[in-house]
Amino acid sequence: MSAQTHFKTPLRPSPFHPRTAPLNRLNRWGPWAGQLNALCFGDVDMEYTAIRNAASVYDLCAMVKYRVTGREAAEYLNRLTLRDAGKLAVGGVHYTAWCDDAGKLLDDGTLFRHGPQDYLICCQERHLPWLLDSAQGFDVAVREVTEEIAALSLQGPCSASVLAAAGFDVWGLKPFRMAEFAFQGGSLTISRTGFTGDLGYELWLTPDLALPFWDHLMQAGAPWGIRPIGSDALDLARIEAGFIITNMDFIPAHQALREDRPRSPLEMGLGWMIDWDKGQFTGRAALAAEQARGSDWALVGLDIPGNVSAEGSILYHDKKHEVGMITAAAWSPALKASVALAQVQARHAGGANLWVEIYALRELQYVKLMLPVQVVPRPFFNPPRKRATPPARV
Amino acid sequence: MRSCDILILGAGVNGLACATRLAKAGRSVLVLEAAATPGGGAGEVEFHPGFRAPALAHLTQGLDPRVARALPVAFHPALTTALQGGITVKGGAASVDAAAWSALHARLSRFAQALAPFRQMPPPIPGAGNAWSRLVRPLLGLRGLGQAELRELMRLILINVHDVGEDELSSDALRGLLSFDATLGAWLGPRSPNSLILYLDRLARGADPLLPVGGMGALAQSLAKGAEAAGVTLRCNARVARVVVADGRARGVVLDSGEEIAAKTVVSALNPRTTFHQLIGARHLDAGFHRRIGHIRMRGGAAKAHLALSGLPALADPKARLVIAPSSTAVENAFNPVKYGQVPDRPVMEVLLPSAHDSGMAPAGAHVLSAIVQSAPHAPRDPVAARAAMLENSLAVLEENIPGLRSLILHAEILMPQDIEARFGLIGGNWHHGELAVEQMLFNRPLHGADRYATPVPGLWLAGAGAHPGGGINGAAGWNAAEALLEAKG
Repeated sequence: MSAQTHFKTPLRPSPFHPRTAPLNRLNRWGPWAGQLNALCFGDVDMEYTAIRNAASVYDLCAMVKYRVTGREAAEYLNRLTLRDAGKLAVGGVHYTAWCDDAGKLLDDGTLFRHGPQDYLICCQERHLPWLLDSAQGFDVAVREVTEEIAALSLQGPCSASVLAAAGFDVWGLKPFRMAEFAFQGGSLTISRTGFTGDLGYELWLTPDLALPFWDHLMQAGAPWGIRPIGSDALDLARIEAGFIITNMDFIPAHQALREDRPRSPLEMGLGWMIDWDKGQFTGRAALAAEQARGSDWALVGLDIPGNVSAEGSILYHDKKHEVGMITAAAWSPALKASVALAQVQARHAGGANLWVEIYALRELQYVKLMLPVQVVPRPFFNPPRKRATPPARV
Repeated sequence: MRSCDILILGAGVNGLACATRLAKAGRSVLVLEAAATPGGGAGEVEFHPGFRAPALAHLTQGLDPRVARALPVAFHPALTTALQGGITVKGGAASVDAAAWSALHARLSRFAQALAPFRQMPPPIPGAGNAWSRLVRPLLGLRGLGQAELRELMRLILINVHDVGEDELSSDALRGLLSFDATLGAWLGPRSPNSLILYLDRLARGADPLLPVGGMGALAQSLAKGAEAAGVTLRCNARVARVVVADGRARGVVLDSGEEIAAKTVVSALNPRTTFHQLIGARHLDAGFHRRIGHIRMRGGAAKAHLALSGLPALADPKARLVIAPSSTAVENAFNPVKYGQVPDRPVMEVLLPSAHDSGMAPAGAHVLSAIVQSAPHAPRDPVAARAAMLENSLAVLEENIPGLRSLILHAEILMPQDIEARFGLIGGNWHHGELAVEQMLFNRPLHGADRYATPVPGLWLAGAGAHPGGGINGAAGWNAAEALLEAKG
């Protein structure tokens, strides 16, 4: 047996680590799915600005990935997930989610269809036991391929131009579509997807090409001020885009210790995903019952007066009764507003007489603010350039 | 395409009990049986030319009283149990250690009677959803034991049977009988926790083992005839390939032949795993439920031996049930090797001479010996070698106890758990379609989510031994399922 030494590096460095490490001037790292990931390289405002005004690069290698192949791959994914994987065209991507028997969310993620019988699931948490259990009775193979694929997220209004300069013509690539390109004897898959609510692409390749590709991309993007970003800046962008994150905005059912904590897709604003016409899927009966009965919780977007960020704050009805909690909040530089995502008891989802109590820490003293909040539609920030095909040449 | 109101899969005791109850309520019922004759585990087989033996079960502790009323079956008088050394036991009377046996038997029978009503209703579940009116009588019955006895029941209910024998009896032979009877057909030894509750469940079914007049085949015939008289249509040689599920509801079945039969309701008295994994299929079930079905423990520990004998073996009482289990430790020792897929050197067994009760089982002057042998490995590494070893070890033990037996043998066969699975569809060779063990009883039988006969697939019900309260040629599960179905207007 070979020596087991993995425990000596509890956080695995990404294939891009030799390049990202010297750039991380603050040496700010955090764990993501067992990988060392940059939280911030030097200045979160500059990194956020790159997302919204130039081109930003985020290391996506830690994203958990499963390859699903086989004759019944589509049937399997239809039973596993909420949407109809059979309707997803080859070369297409869709945002989906999956539940346990009780109709409570296990995770959300993106599903890539590489071939008629070849899919890739990308998600936040690890699910191999559940995916394998779900495979019983289906002619499919499910394999975790997280470490076999290196990925970068290139986001920002200049991202298409950067790619063009790098030699990859993505002008015709529509949102949620992908295309393949040759790169140094290997292949690079580019999908028009992302987690910023902006124009952007995700770039997928084998780990052996990671470093030459990084160098190539950074060189090509230099005229547009391409900049590596950490999770802090990305989090700001995703809140503006109104995206939720598993284990931050909801607790996945397989990890929740308290039985009232898991949330259903209906409660997390993902009810639109559910394809009721495709037949059985795990959690269907429970979700149908919930739909008939009414949900207990709702996910809402909030506009909060002032500029004090409200993460973790409790929501009150009539300033008296606790009715929910803010799971993500930020002062949005793009909108010049304090926005938040919150779980609120479904009967207060309309937002009438809804208040937030913010404890603002000011030099070791809390100032308690009780502010009226307004329920507003998500996404908070939704620029036309996100969808424009071809994107503007800049 | 044919169609009917209610389709029942499996004409075993539970399937027929369920069918009869539904037919008596005016429903039109078609029962499909894969074998050529009804009966399931309660059939008869010609295992050697001219020699017939009970195909699997060779005794019953008695039918559920509701089933017995609806489907009368004639039984021989309750059998005496013979132990080694000329010891005999019948009910509470034993020829050794009589006072202690009598006291223990009386106490355990009282407990069993207090628990018996729970066998005749859907299992109570924690939380909401109980019909409390139905629970009043059984709960009062428990209360009626009195405070001291109720406390004693609580002390004993999850205890191992070996300790009870040690505490209450002084005869090794009686301890062996107690342990053997408690663990017969289960996958545990007398020192395993929770083994006494299986003895209580046995007593709740009946005090003494009963043999139907004419044998087990006759019992199956009586039940089938009774069911048909009640209006049930019975169709044998009809193996179901799959249950048709459309728009999330069971709507009938497709037979092996390709024939489709539509039904408003499908009731499966087959194994729950067979029902969900084979007949329904993963794509119609939630993934967690499908996985849990796969985790129901189904290990059979019993083998079935049939001997064709040229003459009457040297038995003190040929009509008795002979139990060869010299001590509780002998039962435990017979169980130990099974944990490792091995065959016990000295198996323990229950021996019956059906031909001594009913002529026609064997040619004139010849006899048939039927034995249930504990403990056989359910998953041996080499099934053929294990079968040969099990037969040889069983014959050696038999010869010791019945001198000269081997010289009478014309033909001998033994059905290992894997053979029982192949012949009767009892997965793992387990008699109860899922081990009868405390963690798989009541609302955990066969599993949460299908514990009250209804299943997550609307229109599909369970009625077999895999459902509460289990099997044992009794019919309670089938009858309960019919009651639940009628109550739900299914």
